[in-house]
Amino acid sequence: MNLRKIILKELLERKKQFLTSFIAILLGIIVIVAVKSVSNSSEKAVAIQLDNLGANILVLPQTTTIDNYYAADINAPEMPEDYVDRIASSTIQGVDNMSPKLSSRMEIEGYSFVLTGILPKNELASKPIWQTAGFADPGLQAACDPNNIMNKSQGYEDPRLQRKTIDSLGEFDCLVGSDAASKLGLKEGSEIEVKGTGFKVASILPQTGTVDDGRIFVHLRTAQKILGKGRVVNAIEIMGCCAAISEGLLGNLRNILPDTKITTINHIVQTQVETNKTMGKFSVIFLIIIILVGGISIGNYMWSNVEERKKEIGSLLAIGASPKNIYYIFLGKALILGLIGGIAGYLLGTLAGMILGPQIAGVKVLPVPLLFVWAVVIAVGISVVASYLPARRAAQLDPALILQEI
Amino acid sequence: MIKIENLSKIYRSKRNSVDALNEVSLSIERGEFVSIVGPSGSGKTTLLLCLGGLIHPTRGKVQIEGVSIYDLDVRKRATFRLQNLGFVFQTFNLIPYLTALENVQIPLSLAGVLDGGQSKRATELLEKLGLADRLNHKPSELSIGQQQRVAIARALANNPKIIMADEPTGNLDPNTTNETVAYLNLLNQTGITVVMVTHNPGVAEYAQRTLRLVDGKLIE
Repeated sequence: MNLRKIILKELLERKKQFLTSFIAILLGIIVIVAVKSVSNSSEKAVAIQLDNLGANILVLPQTTTIDNYYAADINAPEMPEDYVDRIASSTIQGVDNMSPKLSSRMEIEGYSFVLTGILPKNELASKPIWQTAGFADPGLQAACDPNNIMNKSQGYEDPRLQRKTIDSLGEFDCLVGSDAASKLGLKEGSEIEVKGTGFKVASILPQTGTVDDGRIFVHLRTAQKILGKGRVVNAIEIMGCCAAISEGLLGNLRNILPDTKITTINHIVQTQVETNKTMGKFSVIFLIIIILVGGISIGNYMWSNVEERKKEIGSLLAIGASPKNIYYIFLGKALILGLIGGIAGYLLGTLAGMILGPQIAGVKVLPVPLLFVWAVVIAVGISVVASYLPARRAAQLDPALILQEI
Repeated sequence: MIKIENLSKIYRSKRNSVDALNEVSLSIERGEFVSIVGPSGSGKTTLLLCLGGLIHPTRGKVQIEGVSIYDLDVRKRATFRLQNLGFVFQTFNLIPYLTALENVQIPLSLAGVLDGGQSKRATELLEKLGLADRLNHKPSELSIGQQQRVAIARALANNPKIIMADEPTGNLDPNTTNETVAYLNLLNQTGITVVMVTHNPGVAEYAQRTLRLVDGKLIE
C-alpha cells in the first residue's frame, strides 16, 4: 500500500464522477488535436504548392508593370544587377534562391521570341519542373526547408553561400522553350543565330504551360553583351520560403530595395492560407473553451471530492499523514486525469483529423508527434491547476473539526 | 508520560465564543488506562484531540514523553503522531474503498515500511484480532464489531506508545462493546497507555482512573 495505490483505488471506486471530468478534458483535447493536425497538414500543403510553383516573389523596376515583364517589352525598364548582391549580402532570412533575368523580345526566322539571360543553376532551382529535364542537381531540389539535409549539405547554414550564383551554361550555349523549339525545328545540339551570335542548343526545356515555352535562354552575361546592356537585369525572381513570406519577407526586401516593385504569387494559394488562418483561430478558441470548461469541470469535481472525503482526510491526518501527503493524493489524481485525457485525446483527435482532414481542408492528414507533447502538457496543466485550490483546502482541513463533526 | 498544564481551548465564531477547555492540568503515567467521562459538550473530545496533537490549544502546554508537541511544526507533529500515537474513533473512519488489510497498511506505508513488511504486520494484527478470514473484505462487507477491530488494528500498526480512543463503543451493541473494551484492556496490559473518552459509565469502569469533565473543567 502506498499513496499511489490509494489514488488509483479511489479513482476506480468513484468511476462515474471521474468519468464526467475525464470526458470534458478528453473532448477538448480531441478537438484541439484534430484542428491542429488538419491545419498542420494544410500548412505543409501550402508550402509544397509554393515550392512546386517555384519562384514566388518577383522584384521588378519601380516603373514596370507585370504585363511589361511578361511581354518582355523592348522598352521595359532595367535595374542594376547589384541588387542581387544586395539581397545576398543582407541578413534577410527566407530567400532560398534568386534568378536575375534580362529579357528582350526579338524576331528569328519571322517568329517573335523572347531572349532571356539567366544564371542557369539559379534558374533551375527556381523552376522545379525544369529539373525533370534531367539536368537538375539533386541539391537544388531541397526547396524550402532549412532543416532539409540537402540544404545543409549545400551550405544552407551560410545564406550567402547558398545564394552564390554559379556559372555552368556555356557562353554560347542556349536552352530553348518547347514552343520555340518546335517553331524553329530545334533539337539538342542544333545551332541557332541570335543577333549575329551563334548558339548551340544545350537542351530543349520541357513544356511548362507558361511564357517560358516561347523563350530562348542564354547566359545572363552573354545576353547583357549581345543586347548591348551593362550589368543590368529587368527582373529578379525569388524563391521565398513560405513561412518567411508570412513573417514579413516582402517588407524586408522592400527596405533594402526601396526603388523596386516587389510582388508575390501568394494569391494562388490564398484559399488554403485562409483555411489555415481560420483553423488557427479555431484552435485558439477551442483552447480557451477547454481551459474554461475543462478547468471548471475538474475544479468542481475536485471540490466535491474533497467535501465527500473530509472524513477520510481527517482520519489520514490523525494517523500520521502530513498535509504534503494530502496534496499528493489530490494533485496525483489530477495528474492521472490529465495524463489519460491527454493521451487518449491525442489518439482520438489524430484519428478525427485523419478522417475529417480530407473533407474539411482537402489534405491528407498524418499524425503530428509534437501535438502529443502539447496534448499531454495542456491536459495535465489544466487538470493540476484546476485541482490546486481543492487540494490546498484538503491539506489545510482542521482534523479536529472534521473528527468532531462525525 | 503525558503532562498537560493549564490547557484552555476557546472556539471563536463571529458572534460568540465557547470555552471548551478551561485551565485543565493533568498527568497520565506510562502504561495507565484512563477514561474521560462527562456530559455532551463538556469538552471530552476536544481534550482528546488536544492530547493527540490534532487541535492547537488556545493556551497551555501538552507534553508527551517529554516532547512539547505544539512546539513542533505541522510536519513534525504528524511524524510524532505516526510514531507514538494510535487513534480509534467512534465511527471507525476506515477508508471505504480499501480492504481491511489495506486500511491497516496505511499507517505502515506512511511510516515508510515496504510492501512486504506492511502486509506481514497488517495480517499478523488482523489475525490476532480474529479477522484472519476478512483480510480482503471492504468495510461495507464487515460487521460493526469487525470494523472496530480493523480500526484497532490500524491504530496498533506502528506499535504506538499511546492509544487515544474517542467513544470507541459509541456505535456498538453490548456484546461488541464488551469485546472492544476487553481488547483495549488487553493492549493496556502489554504496556500501552490508553486514554479513552466515553459517555458510558459502565465502559469507563474498565479504566484504572476516570477523569470527569464538566463545562471544560476537570473534576477527578
